[in-house]
Amino acid sequence: MSIPFPLPDEAILARRDEILAGLAPLLPPEALITTEDERRAFETDAFTAYRRVPLAVALPTTTEEVSAVLRYCHEQGVKVVARGAGTSLSGGAIPQTDAIVLGLSKLNRILDVNFPNRTARVQAGVTNLSITEAVSAEGFFYAPDPSSQLACTIGGNIGMNSGGAHCLKYGVTTNNILGVRMVQMDGTILDLGGEAMDAPGYDLLGVMVGSEGQLGIITEAVVRILPMAEDARPVLFGFDTSEEAGACVAAIIGAGIIPVAMEFMDKEAIAICEAFAKAGYPLDVGAMLIIEVEGSGVEMDAQLAKIIDIAKQHNVRVVRESKSAMETAAIWKGRKSAFGATGRLADYICMDGTVPTGQLSYVLKRTGEICAAAGHRVANVFHAGDGNMHPLIMFDVNDPKSAASAEHIGLELLKLCVDAGGCLTGEHGVGIEKRDLMRYQFTEDDLRQQMRVRAVFDPQWLLNPAKVFPLDGRE
Amino acid sequence: MNVTMLIERLQPQSEQEACEIVKQAKLDRWSLAIEGGGTRAGLGRPVQADAVLSTRHLTGITLYEPAELVISARAGTPLAEVEAALAAKGQMLPFEPADYRALYGTQGEPTIGAVAACNLSGPRRIQTGAARDALIGVRLVNGEAQAVKSGGRVMKNVTGLDLVKLTCGAHGTLGLLTEVTFKLLPRPEAQATLILDGLDDAQAIAAMGSALSSPFEVSGAAHLPAGHDGAGAQTLLRLERDAQSLAYRAQKLVERLAPFGSVRRVEGAESAALWRDIAQVKPLTKAHGPAIWKLSLPAHKAAACMKAISENLGARYFYDWGGGLVWLAVMPGDDAGALRIRAAVAEAHGHATLMRAPDEIRKAQDVFAPLGAALMKVTSGIKQSFDPDGIFNPGRMYAGV
Repeated sequence: MSIPFPLPDEAILARRDEILAGLAPLLPPEALITTEDERRAFETDAFTAYRRVPLAVALPTTTEEVSAVLRYCHEQGVKVVARGAGTSLSGGAIPQTDAIVLGLSKLNRILDVNFPNRTARVQAGVTNLSITEAVSAEGFFYAPDPSSQLACTIGGNIGMNSGGAHCLKYGVTTNNILGVRMVQMDGTILDLGGEAMDAPGYDLLGVMVGSEGQLGIITEAVVRILPMAEDARPVLFGFDTSEEAGACVAAIIGAGIIPVAMEFMDKEAIAICEAFAKAGYPLDVGAMLIIEVEGSGVEMDAQLAKIIDIAKQHNVRVVRESKSAMETAAIWKGRKSAFGATGRLADYICMDGTVPTGQLSYVLKRTGEICAAAGHRVANVFHAGDGNMHPLIMFDVNDPKSAASAEHIGLELLKLCVDAGGCLTGEHGVGIEKRDLMRYQFTEDDLRQQMRVRAVFDPQWLLNPAKVFPLDGRE
Repeated sequence: MNVTMLIERLQPQSEQEACEIVKQAKLDRWSLAIEGGGTRAGLGRPVQADAVLSTRHLTGITLYEPAELVISARAGTPLAEVEAALAAKGQMLPFEPADYRALYGTQGEPTIGAVAACNLSGPRRIQTGAARDALIGVRLVNGEAQAVKSGGRVMKNVTGLDLVKLTCGAHGTLGLLTEVTFKLLPRPEAQATLILDGLDDAQAIAAMGSALSSPFEVSGAAHLPAGHDGAGAQTLLRLERDAQSLAYRAQKLVERLAPFGSVRRVEGAESAALWRDIAQVKPLTKAHGPAIWKLSLPAHKAAACMKAISENLGARYFYDWGGGLVWLAVMPGDDAGALRIRAAVAEAHGHATLMRAPDEIRKAQDVFAPLGAALMKVTSGIKQSFDPDGIFNPGRMYAGV
């Protein structure tokens, strides 16, 4: 494992007791975690290959406590790593030994649901799914739906600009947030946006979303809630080859049809997910699309007829519609548990590059070749409609060579995505995982401009500083 | 902006040339007023600059992949050229870019770069998002004469800080956009507008709210209070679908709106004309005198806010975005009603932009809503980080920015 961490600040480590004593009066006693055993629970996130035990963990219960902790850390030069539910796949929430973790899990209330304005005000630590649960009785939902939505928090979603299976139609986090309350590193509390459709001045909310905990700590958000469709129906389409499935996706969009979701699985992913979820996926095909349509029964029938026509032109072998709510749930359970199900078989790393949809077939083919040449199994499961790929590269965690080789291949696949006209990460974030590839996608001037914007918010580089930007050449 | 006072008009042919010009401007301590088609020069605070930097020769569609729903064009490309290329393939910019030639009484062709720089969205914003939501990539020249890119051409991209959002709506104060990339939507086959007559503001907002809370994907929700052209109040709700689905949804929506009265329905070109007028602010721009404000309000507070404003000012106005946007015309007076309007809007947790007023008022008054000290500090910092010498559009948004 080869991603470097910055050298810890020895002066901070030496002052640990003093720093803990300074933090203690700012928080309720149970909100400051200092023992080694308890701190260890925060040493990594879902990018588990890397871990560092933090100096301490603060779990504030109010925006004011967040402000007090940050102001203190700012004065003392202590680094701060924000954490939601710790589900980051790119290491966004992995601490460093000379930093405190600032966890938002206790800020977990839905403060207000405003149906006439179609917005909800929630604290940063509420889970993604709980927002939808709070509004579904009235026929609404919160649209972005990352696979980890049962656990992941809205604060983390905003930090990473999370996507999900249904953003083809409904957009990603940045398109569904109207405002945040945030705390700057010096303790200043700022409201960006609010309950109106837009805000005056520069779109600071827009740059906060996806800033990976580097510009400030979000404590509250105003999210848009949307009316649910009358009904939704996923349909499974089986193809002999990944190339046919990829070409079918491009043809559907090219024909002016935007299904609410278009998910791709290759043969390996189908077998893994079917074994786990018993969703009725076809096992004798080389690739499968889950295409979901929405509307009334008649509307869905009409849209499906068009999609099936296109699929036939791409040699579709199996078409299987969901016939019940239970089948629909099973189909989505299979898809959303793909990462967990793969984890039962082998250790894996999950890549997240995006490519133009016209390049899907080529990139899939090259992915298979690159993994096969290095002797790794790979399962591909991803959001095809928007070209956001997720190759799961399997390896043996007990074999350091295998792990290193998987990591190396992962980086090669991300370069492949950039070469194909795409980007390093579609929804998981840069974190530490892709940090040292940033120069592959960006020029020095691009990166310096980003770093200058970063420095406006956090001139001392105290907020999640080991992430996103290569460690050398910082301004 | 009074362009005749300016001594030079710089018209780079390429991004590289634009970098050279900015490098020279930095050396010579010149400031530059950025100009696209010149149709919205009246938007923002008047700019005093040493020269005009025009995108006139930075034109052309550089990438259009209909099957990938993405288009890139150089910033000076006329919007009409982009829209024609899209229409030929049955596609469109999702956010219905606003054309303000009627508002400003200007000629010329709006450019795609200005659509991005000003984040200007029309009625469909309520359903498919704003220009800032569709803008997925930019290239710009910053105040250090560096060509910088952010975002790209793919639909999902969270690589690095989202500078695309910062530049969208920055009115050219952060740099010269040279190329912009938007995501697209298929153009719907058909449209219809359902019209409710005679509702007061509160009822209209409730009716629009009901429609927007339905599963029928209403793509426009506007309310014209009584008195426009001597007509009674009209509440307009647009559906855009394929013909079969449109018929079904229109019927369902009529049923849902029954508590608000009987519903009229117009289709096709007649419906499209209604929304073109809304997008171009035509209900208020037929008279040339008044100052015009754009208010951004939480929809549920809009009716009460407008009651407070109109009782004081005798103003004319209409709602778009289900009540989330109000276009307001007042007599200019000394301050175009700024004091009262900003107070009422702040009370409703919204904000107000003075979209049209004589230069002297826009010099003396804030055009964009004033920011608190903490926000202003960040705003100045962002400006510094892109344009430390204050070369681009000085003072366009805020004094000193």
